[in-house]
Amino acid sequence: MKRQFLGFSAAAAVALASTAAAMAEPVKIGMVTTLSGGGSGLGIDVRDGFQLAVDQEGGTLGGHEIELIVSDDAREPDRARQAADRMVERDGVDIMTGLIWSNLAIAVVPRVVREDVIYISANAGPSILAGRNCHENYFNVAWQNDNLHEAAGQFVKDEGHDNVYMLAPNYPAGTDALEGFKRFYDGGIAGEVYTALGQQDYAAELAALRNAEPDAVYIFLPGGMGISFIRQYEQAGLNEIIPLFGPAFSFSQDILGAAGEAALGVRNASQWSKDLENPANAAFVEDFIAAYDRLPSLYASQGYDTARLIASALEATGGNAADRDALREALRAADFDSVRGAFRFGNNQHPIQDIYMREVVLEDGVVTNKVIGTAFEDHVDAYAQDCRM
Amino acid sequence: MADRKLIRLLPPLLFAVALALLPVLAEAAGRGYLIGVSTNVLIFAIAASSLNLILGYGGMVSLGHAAFFGSGAYVVGILAHHAMWGAPLMVWPFHIGGTESAFIAWPLAILVSALLALVIGAISLRTSGLYFIMITLAFAQMLFFFFIALNEYGGEDGMSLWNRSHAGPLDLNDNTQFFYLVLAFTLALLFLKHRLVNSRFGVVLTGIRDNPRRMRALGYPVRRYQLAAFTLAGAVAGLAGALIANQTEFVSPTFLHWTRSGEILIMVVLGGMGTLFGPLLGAAAFLLLEETLADLTEHWMIIFGPLLLLVVLFARGGLWSLVERLRAALGGGGERR
Amino acid sequence: MLLFLEQTLNGLQLGVMLFLMASGLTLIAGIMSFINLAHGSFYMIGAFVAASVAQATGSFMLGLAVALPATAILAMVLESGALNRLYDRDHLDQVLATFGLILFFNELVKIVWGAQPFYLNTPDWLSGSVEIISGVPYPAYRLALIVTGLAVALFLYLLIQRSRLGMLIRAGASNREMVGALGVNIKLLYTLVFGLGALLAALAGVMAGPIYAVQIGMGESILILTFVVVVVGGIGSIRGAFAGALLIGLVDTMGRAYLPDMLRLALPPATADNLGASLASMSIYILMAVILALRPRGLFPAHG
Repeated sequence: MKRQFLGFSAAAAVALASTAAAMAEPVKIGMVTTLSGGGSGLGIDVRDGFQLAVDQEGGTLGGHEIELIVSDDAREPDRARQAADRMVERDGVDIMTGLIWSNLAIAVVPRVVREDVIYISANAGPSILAGRNCHENYFNVAWQNDNLHEAAGQFVKDEGHDNVYMLAPNYPAGTDALEGFKRFYDGGIAGEVYTALGQQDYAAELAALRNAEPDAVYIFLPGGMGISFIRQYEQAGLNEIIPLFGPAFSFSQDILGAAGEAALGVRNASQWSKDLENPANAAFVEDFIAAYDRLPSLYASQGYDTARLIASALEATGGNAADRDALREALRAADFDSVRGAFRFGNNQHPIQDIYMREVVLEDGVVTNKVIGTAFEDHVDAYAQDCRM
Repeated sequence: MADRKLIRLLPPLLFAVALALLPVLAEAAGRGYLIGVSTNVLIFAIAASSLNLILGYGGMVSLGHAAFFGSGAYVVGILAHHAMWGAPLMVWPFHIGGTESAFIAWPLAILVSALLALVIGAISLRTSGLYFIMITLAFAQMLFFFFIALNEYGGEDGMSLWNRSHAGPLDLNDNTQFFYLVLAFTLALLFLKHRLVNSRFGVVLTGIRDNPRRMRALGYPVRRYQLAAFTLAGAVAGLAGALIANQTEFVSPTFLHWTRSGEILIMVVLGGMGTLFGPLLGAAAFLLLEETLADLTEHWMIIFGPLLLLVVLFARGGLWSLVERLRAALGGGGERR
Repeated sequence: MLLFLEQTLNGLQLGVMLFLMASGLTLIAGIMSFINLAHGSFYMIGAFVAASVAQATGSFMLGLAVALPATAILAMVLESGALNRLYDRDHLDQVLATFGLILFFNELVKIVWGAQPFYLNTPDWLSGSVEIISGVPYPAYRLALIVTGLAVALFLYLLIQRSRLGMLIRAGASNREMVGALGVNIKLLYTLVFGLGALLAALAGVMAGPIYAVQIGMGESILILTFVVVVVGGIGSIRGAFAGALLIGLVDTMGRAYLPDMLRLALPPATADNLGASLASMSIYILMAVILALRPRGLFPAHG
């Protein structure tokens, strides 16, 4: 009897709240992302994925009016910081998202969450924000930075390779990547090389690599660096003798367009792929192609999921973003159909999710990814235990 | 005579009063974020002014000024990092810990930047023209990669500060108080620069800019004067760096990147080289224009880029020369005669 | 030993690539006394034009054939429309104006071609590798790059030392008024030199296309390297640009190839890798600072 009563009052409260919200102001969402200069393809994909979810609902999220404010950070930390300050102080945003790069996230997120604004990361997942400095206002929809590398490490080990050559740029995400890989791969190491960030020419590294005679190569070279490496790897004829592995960042759809057939056969770890079979994903891929006339990338899927997560939370709270406790509660529930299938948050508000292995294939004349297996089920990141939440 | 002086001093005074009232007005208008924006402008104005000393008055085109700016920021960042985590900065031969005190960290930032400028200047001033532009760039790039190599301090990512510096009775975490402090620095430095430029040192420096050979023939130790100016400019840039680390509560190697040097250079030229208020005007115009355009369209650079070209082509002397012309037109022209 | 030979080839290849960029830049800097930061933009535009033509027609060579004149014409229009007013301004104005152009071209390319990186394939007859020394398969395309670069160097040498145009260029660099008095249209001469420089940059961009990523901002990373080459070699000197380019190419490649290993002899591996990578990035700047400190006008001062 008591339970019933409670249930009734909750329903009534939801109904009341939603009528109130119908007259309330739109929920303000700020997006600071990279739209100009190098690496702008990633930010544009996140924004377009997010916008698609809004457009699918005819301009609302979870049935509630939203106001999306977008600003370009040009990949510069202090510009991101300024744009975020402006959104928090001038526009009074309730929720923020959009940052692509870990170094920008480290600059912006601590300040934003301190101002009691919810930050939902659609891409960057630096370890410091997942562990020691986790925060109740910080959510990550994509992954913790190490996740995909850990999955690849597991997969390479399962394949029976025991002499791997590894390459990453000389910056924190690069060292984290190889650490993540080695957390699950415990075989021999033929070489561990750190290259300059933004490096384009890998002739010297490839010559040394050939000389080391590894039985597999693992690279973490996001963006243009990956394109250059893949092409040069193929031109040196190495793709025919040593299998290449990587995280999805080096082989996402935006990269494959430029890397071309040189990337065929490469296997990579990803929490999403456009051929994953679930209704949410099918609708997303179809609508994305229709709206933007290109294949969606990993980043677009993350932007889309971010918007869908917000939609689910707004629906649950009746569009009342001002009650942060309720909003956080609703976000934590993650009650939405992710395009990657099963999705839930761990204690540090980072995803617990399956991670798949994909292979780069030629499909109707287009170079793209195909799922070939699962590396991890319900994977939890390594820093969750450091988070006291 | 006193009248004349009053008229001449009136615009800067009005200007200072307007700036001083800014936080009050911004709060009243519910536009509190403008305080942060203005603080940022003032800090870059300090950086641009320091470059102006060597560029505008000394004729030395340095494309590596961000090195001193960024180093100053890192000094504050590194000391705060050690204070935060309690790890000593150095155990041998002396035990030195970190600190969040502005009274220690900021002068140290100035000192480190000044020393760097002294060394870099001593080598770079052997060259001139394009070679000078490039060698200053080279040194800045070296420092850029040096800070990337410092994994403990975040490497390429940089690091967040958890607090602004402690400065006695002032609470710098309060945006308004921090603004007034930065404003005080700006005005004091403008005044000092005014005095310096009109001193014997300043006259010799501009003399070297206009005709180094003649000055050398007159027996002035040209390079020593240049080096002194270069070091001084580096020191002031270091202060600006210490302030920006506090303003953004963040330091990163991008503070030393060559594009940042280029931006500071643009601020000086945009505002007007070799003028007292030019760099301030340039910094304000540059940052506010950038922000307004970026708000307007994601393709803002397609407007911003050609605008720079147009300024160079048609507005020689920068924005300050427009102000001067306006002043002359309004009857201040009597001064010239 | 074989590995060392291969690394030398790699250094050589990076060197000739830099030479293609540096030769144009040094000509323009030496003759018109003009600092063109937008030189990297021509490199980018060349690559993008070639990539889109090649994608439409399937022919790399056709892409090359369209991209070179297209970029040169764009550059000459820009020069006679706006940039030639900057020749007698000081370097600072030039740096600013052309910095603005970089921003403009980056955004323009993004509007025209989109933000995602682009694709330019190696021509079929240059894919695969060649064993020039037995046991060292070397990508045929990189060999072709070396050959092209050396051919351009030879062509420029002949053009400047042996042709009438070259004589005018040399004379124009040292005495503008005199060449003008000889009845030579100096304005046209400058426009042609500017076009030639842009064409060489576009050639570098097209050649780089199949190896590197064709993407926005690709011009900036090579631009700085190019300036290092020009300054190390001595502004205005083709010979200097050639020597500087090979020197920088070799130092950069060797630094990346051997510094981490050498440091591993003395330091723990993790520190050595990190420090080695950073030192390798710094190596060319250190080299430049040392050279300029010892020879303030570069290795081969052009005049005076």
